[in-house]
Amino acid sequence: MESTWFILVMLMIVAYAVFDGFDLGAGTLHLFISQTDSDRRTILRSIGPVWDGNEVWLIAGAGTLYFAFPALYAVSFSGFYLPLHIVLWLLILRGIGIEFRAQLSREIAAGLFDGFFALSSGLLALFFGAALGNVIRGVPIGADHWFFEPLWTTLLPWGDTGILDWYTIFTGIFTVIALAMHGALWISLKTDGGIRGRVSMVANRIALILGIFTIVGVPLTILARPATVANYLRHPVLFVIPAAVIASLYLAWIWNRGGRELPAFLASCAYITSALAGVAAALYPALLPSSYGPQFDITIFNAATGSYALRVGFIWWGLGMALATGYFIFAYRMFRGKLQEDSIG
Amino acid sequence: MNDALFLHRIHFAFTITFHYLFPQLTMGLAPLIVVLKTLAIRTGNESYNRAARFWTKIFGINFAFGVVTGIPMEFEFGTNWARFSQLTGGVIGQPLAMEGTFSFLLESAFLGLFLYGEKRLGKWGHWCAAFLVFLGSWLSGFFIIVTDAWMQHPVAYARLPNGSFTVTSFWGLLTNPWALIQFAHNMCGALATGAFVMAAVGAMYLLERRNHEYGRIFLRVGVIAGVLASMAQGFPTGDLHGKYLAKHQPVTIAAMEGLFKSETGAPMVIIGQPDAEHESIDNPIVVNKVLSFLVYGTTAAEVQGLNAFPKDQWPTNIPLLFFAYHIMVGLGTVMIAVMAAAAFLLWRRVLYCARWMLWIVLLSFPCPYIANTAGWMTAEVGRQPWLVYGLLRTTQGYSANVNAANSLFTLLGYMGLYLALGILFVFIMVRELGNGPAAAEVHSIQPGTPIATA
Repeated sequence: MESTWFILVMLMIVAYAVFDGFDLGAGTLHLFISQTDSDRRTILRSIGPVWDGNEVWLIAGAGTLYFAFPALYAVSFSGFYLPLHIVLWLLILRGIGIEFRAQLSREIAAGLFDGFFALSSGLLALFFGAALGNVIRGVPIGADHWFFEPLWTTLLPWGDTGILDWYTIFTGIFTVIALAMHGALWISLKTDGGIRGRVSMVANRIALILGIFTIVGVPLTILARPATVANYLRHPVLFVIPAAVIASLYLAWIWNRGGRELPAFLASCAYITSALAGVAAALYPALLPSSYGPQFDITIFNAATGSYALRVGFIWWGLGMALATGYFIFAYRMFRGKLQEDSIG
Repeated sequence: MNDALFLHRIHFAFTITFHYLFPQLTMGLAPLIVVLKTLAIRTGNESYNRAARFWTKIFGINFAFGVVTGIPMEFEFGTNWARFSQLTGGVIGQPLAMEGTFSFLLESAFLGLFLYGEKRLGKWGHWCAAFLVFLGSWLSGFFIIVTDAWMQHPVAYARLPNGSFTVTSFWGLLTNPWALIQFAHNMCGALATGAFVMAAVGAMYLLERRNHEYGRIFLRVGVIAGVLASMAQGFPTGDLHGKYLAKHQPVTIAAMEGLFKSETGAPMVIIGQPDAEHESIDNPIVVNKVLSFLVYGTTAAEVQGLNAFPKDQWPTNIPLLFFAYHIMVGLGTVMIAVMAAAAFLLWRRVLYCARWMLWIVLLSFPCPYIANTAGWMTAEVGRQPWLVYGLLRTTQGYSANVNAANSLFTLLGYMGLYLALGILFVFIMVRELGNGPAAAEVHSIQPGTPIATA
């Protein structure tokens, strides 16, 4: 049951990364690739009706973590105290930025809210990436099962690091780039005309940079925590995951160049999914490794709640996910196709 | 009380208090919007539809603020109350996760349907969408109440070898009697907020001599709902809640009432300042024997005072608890009086031109907000010194690994951010109320804009 919930929690994280990922990426890019206010509005409209539904996965994911693995929820949320609250502030700013931009019709307000939106989208991607980096690298959990990390201490690869260090900043930037490509492919899928051509060209360039990051990322990760390869060496079949990472990135790049928008976007989804799956495979059964040694790791076994709670949770969770999936299919179907050129002012 | 614990408490109290300003209005407006839609169908009068659209817009704005201020709440359990979360996540994680998974999703989905589907769904379909928005928002509230009720009155749990709690009966948790009573009481409060706000907007339009037709609709629906909600707030729900509290948390009742010594025929203190150090009340104005009657239904009954309990079980802040409770009850009484008077004038068909009464209705809109906040403070301050009543003390639940400076830093951050949000909210609301219901037109089916701005 614990392993089932490990997979389910990972699935929710993947869903969050794939869905909210494209609107974070689009938000990061929208100031850079827009030439006119109409461009900016078009990009915002391409994510407007779906962004808050996408964020549901974060809320539901955190809730699921809370009831299935309370110890992980408690230890990690308090240990990552400061960055987590900063993420929450950014989520607030971003939500207000996109929801109320049109309310304040004066141009200066629109500029301000666009700024909030772009900055918070980019920083959120950076923080989520850094959080992932921390989970991979491990955190200083000691014998008392708790830890607390400052935001940063030293950027050098030795000594007591903070939440942001050379490795997690790398994973943060990596994530910003990956989501920027994801977002660019989404915008290209939803738009037409000049903006589509520009955004597709941007996606093409980002894909190349992302390729370099992906290749450099593997040795850096092994350097940050050698134990990440243990599961792979024990079960060589897992090497299919990194292969899928490379293949999907290549396909996203090729299909985007060929103007095949939907396949390119789906390949980007597969890229994010397989990259996260690669991390999950390296971690299992740990949820949050300790940098002091595996005996202090938070694993699915020492973090899970009682088996009755896990079983009963499975029932309503399944029901909730069925409803959510139905809603997502409905919402995205209603929103399918290209946006009309600025039909709503 | 050490600094970090104090700051973590203020942190949660501040963010939850600010957050609850928004959901209480959305939960209160949702059933009123259903009423407006029902009236639209029954009378065939398009004004009711326009009124419903107007209030849906207000609902949407409040919903968006409720969502953005609600997200931090779910995370604060972990960031600021880590030891509590680690121990109790196996129980209260369930309703909280259900809130996140079901209600939030259904609410946004149904709200989208309601906002954009008016043309496509037809009048009954659109009525159903309004009803589902109502159901979703109340379901959401129910899961939160279940969580709080378990902390007040833990049921259906077992302890694992590592000391943490895990749920043993899903239905037992959801049908916790405390939760059912608290939910009824709380929803009357939310309905009162919705009704007072609707009536106040109606009164404002009539006082301004514009939007006459809508002013009358809002006033009529608001006053009728308001009189029902504020009465039900006191009796039966408040009464039941008080009796249940007296049974399971007698020390809390004693502190709320400022009753330091057990008494037969205990008096009720209307106003006074409890002095916890000298165990007495300064400047009391009392009504004899009323407390015994309220709690036990007979004036002769003995009510246990604080002296009947060991001091380490007394609520930690007796004056605050006393004031919060008395503000709640006092304002609740004022609300009943205002709405009863307005309802009487409505019945006599003179309310719309009784300008003095319209002023009172307009100015009393903050009452339910304050009363609801004071009610929640009563519940949460009254639960002290426990986080989970009788099982886990507040001093054992906070994040000991997060020091006071970090908590203060983020508390100040939230204060600044919420100040900005508050200003933005007031600005947007003033503008919407200025635009008025006549501007509320049907939206196109193409969902091209975010929910709140639709």
